[in-house]
Amino acid sequence: MSYSEKTRDLYLSQLADIRNGGIFKEERFIHSSQAADIEVEFPSGSDLKKVINMCSNNYLGLSSHPDVIKAAHEGLESRGYGMSSVRFICGTQDIHRELENKVTEFLGTEDTILFPSCMDANAGVFEAILTSEDIMISDRLVHASIIDGMRLCSAQHDTFKHSSMEHLEEKLLLHSNKRLKLVITDGVFSMDGDTAKLDQMARLCEKYDALLLVDDSHATGFIGRTGRGTHELCNVMGRIDIITTTFGKALGGASGGCVSGRKEIVEMCRQKARPYLFSNTIAPVIVSGVLKVFDILSASTERRDKLEKNAAFWRKGLKDAGFILKEGNTPIVPVMLFNAKLSQDFSKELFNEGIYAIGFFFPVVPNGQARIRTQISAGHEIHHLEAALEKFIKVGKKLGILGLTKDQIIEKFGL
Amino acid sequence: MYNQYQDYLRTQINEIKEAGLYKHERVIVSPQGAEITLDTGQKVLNFCANNYLGLSANAKLVEAARNALDTHGYGMSSVRFICGTGDLHKELEHKLAEFFGTEDTILYAACFDANGGVFEPLLTSEDAIISDALNHASIIDGVRLCKAQRYRYENADMEDLETQLQQAQEQRFRLVVTDGVFSMDGNVAPLDRIYELANKYDAMVMVDESHSAGVVGETGRGVTELYNLKGKIEIITGTLGKAFGGAIGGFTTGKREIIEMLRQRSRPYLFSNSIPPLVAAAGIKMVEMMTETNELQDKLHFNTKYFMEKMSKAGFDIKPTQSAICAVMLYDAKMSQEMATRLLREGIYVTGFYYPVVPKGKARIRVQLSAAHDQEHLDRAIAAFAKVGKELGILKQ
Amino acid sequence: MEENNLNEMKELIRNYVIKEYIDDDDTTITYETPLISSGYVDSFSMVSLLVFLENKFKIKIPPSKATPEAFDSVNNIVALVNQYLNK
Repeated sequence: MSYSEKTRDLYLSQLADIRNGGIFKEERFIHSSQAADIEVEFPSGSDLKKVINMCSNNYLGLSSHPDVIKAAHEGLESRGYGMSSVRFICGTQDIHRELENKVTEFLGTEDTILFPSCMDANAGVFEAILTSEDIMISDRLVHASIIDGMRLCSAQHDTFKHSSMEHLEEKLLLHSNKRLKLVITDGVFSMDGDTAKLDQMARLCEKYDALLLVDDSHATGFIGRTGRGTHELCNVMGRIDIITTTFGKALGGASGGCVSGRKEIVEMCRQKARPYLFSNTIAPVIVSGVLKVFDILSASTERRDKLEKNAAFWRKGLKDAGFILKEGNTPIVPVMLFNAKLSQDFSKELFNEGIYAIGFFFPVVPNGQARIRTQISAGHEIHHLEAALEKFIKVGKKLGILGLTKDQIIEKFGL
Repeated sequence: MYNQYQDYLRTQINEIKEAGLYKHERVIVSPQGAEITLDTGQKVLNFCANNYLGLSANAKLVEAARNALDTHGYGMSSVRFICGTGDLHKELEHKLAEFFGTEDTILYAACFDANGGVFEPLLTSEDAIISDALNHASIIDGVRLCKAQRYRYENADMEDLETQLQQAQEQRFRLVVTDGVFSMDGNVAPLDRIYELANKYDAMVMVDESHSAGVVGETGRGVTELYNLKGKIEIITGTLGKAFGGAIGGFTTGKREIIEMLRQRSRPYLFSNSIPPLVAAAGIKMVEMMTETNELQDKLHFNTKYFMEKMSKAGFDIKPTQSAICAVMLYDAKMSQEMATRLLREGIYVTGFYYPVVPKGKARIRVQLSAAHDQEHLDRAIAAFAKVGKELGILKQ
Repeated sequence: MEENNLNEMKELIRNYVIKEYIDDDDTTITYETPLISSGYVDSFSMVSLLVFLENKFKIKIPPSKATPEAFDSVNNIVALVNQYLNK
């Protein structure tokens, strides 16, 4: 065996570097369902601690909704557990088609294809529809899965400065000689919680003859008046050529993703997208749950309305208390701390107080932009938010950052 | 701009259709099993699922999943390192390491993601990946995302592997990568000899046990069991989407530091949800069942042997194998399609494969056996094969 | 090439890099600053720099030569451009 001491040592020293750099990712074990109140084992081996979860993508509070669970139970009974096959051999059930149709209807597109995850949807879509004659022009802050998908595609790529429409226009002009131009953006950017300017982007794409792809993973189900997503918010429903999104966040949070959009593009993905052809699709039990999620969302906007109220309450509370926030109108509310170690200390203090929120720092966010990213849910009741707010203020006071400006925090803690 | 692109896509799609390569999907309205119901109402015997152990609709797995729905809810709505790690994920990771005799395990949303995310965090441009030419698409994509130097050897060709290993001696680390069972021929990788060569030329070994875990080896531990190499292979990847219940999910299991590094750096792990808790719970149940009794493994081995012997006796050209994949060779592409169509009419669901999925002139029907098949199912399938084989003049009247 | 022209070229490229890739005013880019290996320019964005150089200096740089290493500092880029200017 050649897993020699040399090899072991190499990996051990790399791991030590990650630890010493303070960026080692420790997992916290959750023993309960995903919800506003959860039970966590952390560090490993310690007693369970009840905490309020302020950092999940469970935006609509559907991850452990009784109706969704009931639908999954029924799915297990009527459709079994697994398909043990890829779609085109013997892995397609009628409910997979049913879900594809539901998504199409909900997003207002022409057709939809399911993937095991949105990571796989993004990894597969570019290579399936573009060639080396084409160009992909992406926002500089798009999600890692889009970047991997672009890396697997032979088309050229270029980027534009985050949400800069002038820069995007420059790039569209620069690459005007390409056969196809595909502009790529997230609908809601997950680290800052800001939304893409899809109205302006759609206009630019129409003017310069480009296709537009939006990853709406942090938007589908709750952004826009009826929760259709960023394209509804920006009033451009029907004008987005490709939407990718996930069922792993607001829409029940189990697993699965999709590509939804122009009919022929979806058809092409069915013939050529590698993660679709070479991997099982979403398990029947998960499909049953997501179908129920769409029923709930189509019947009423109650949950997304509650989420909007919760997020506004939370934002105002933090702001009034003297925290520096990233501006935005999504349930992603980043509390800016700038210093990486401060963000870690803040998160630790919060956990001791029974509040679960994670600190993010370089390389996940730019250097000197460390933060606690809070994510609000329709599963939160006002008492959760009040309790969390009280603890945020307590920790903020303890660490002496309330009311300080960015420069003052940096002066006090360094960058 | 879409109009112009639409025309282009339509042409492309037509070309796919004209080449006979358009993939149609058959819609199933029942759970997966030996006998399934199609949306046409037709009931057929399924011989083309990866449901090797017959666990896809197993009552105990369903029960485990149902219990987990009640105790752990439906989704986690988070990646592992934020708030997406459940106690069930940890337990399954330990159970799989125990099962394969490895040091640690990391779960992924799919084996496609396990293979897609294994190379880049572990190897750099100073290193070499030496890969079997017939490895699965997900391995190929993983290798494409990694900067290591690439070497390729002909399928299971040990002379060629040795040549490639010699050429890769300049690199810092070498990793030989192979499928455990190659899914089109059903042949098992010669892991004993790969292991010898890896030792000789100072290389690590990675095996994808997707089609072999649960199937190959007396107790279904995969090709590492078949060749007595338990605990000696550095990296094993596998799936929960085939023999192990067939829902979704994949894993990488192996050396402790390797798994730890993947947890820190593997992109599909960091940027995507893990499997839902109910899938983890069913996975735990699956490992328990396979450890308590060898019933399913034994039945699968019996069924495979029975089917292969009867089919050979009937006069079909069968590729020899130690897996549960039985390639019935027909060589001619059209014939493979015609045979599959006629078998479906007889109530037997199989798939014909032809170029470019298999080499030109090597078209075949791929039969996949399962512990869910009873002897009566096998006999019906063999009789149908014989009948259609005679009709098509493949077998003597 | 004359000293003056060389400095002019360096400044031209440096200014383009700052305008195109650097968002905050605190960052200083020298002729030696590693651009790609230190993360200021991601490899996906190199294409516009390439097109800029080709248009500005009326040269054609083959894709095989447009490597992250060759683009990793203003000085490297100037060396690359000079190879094709003199042809």
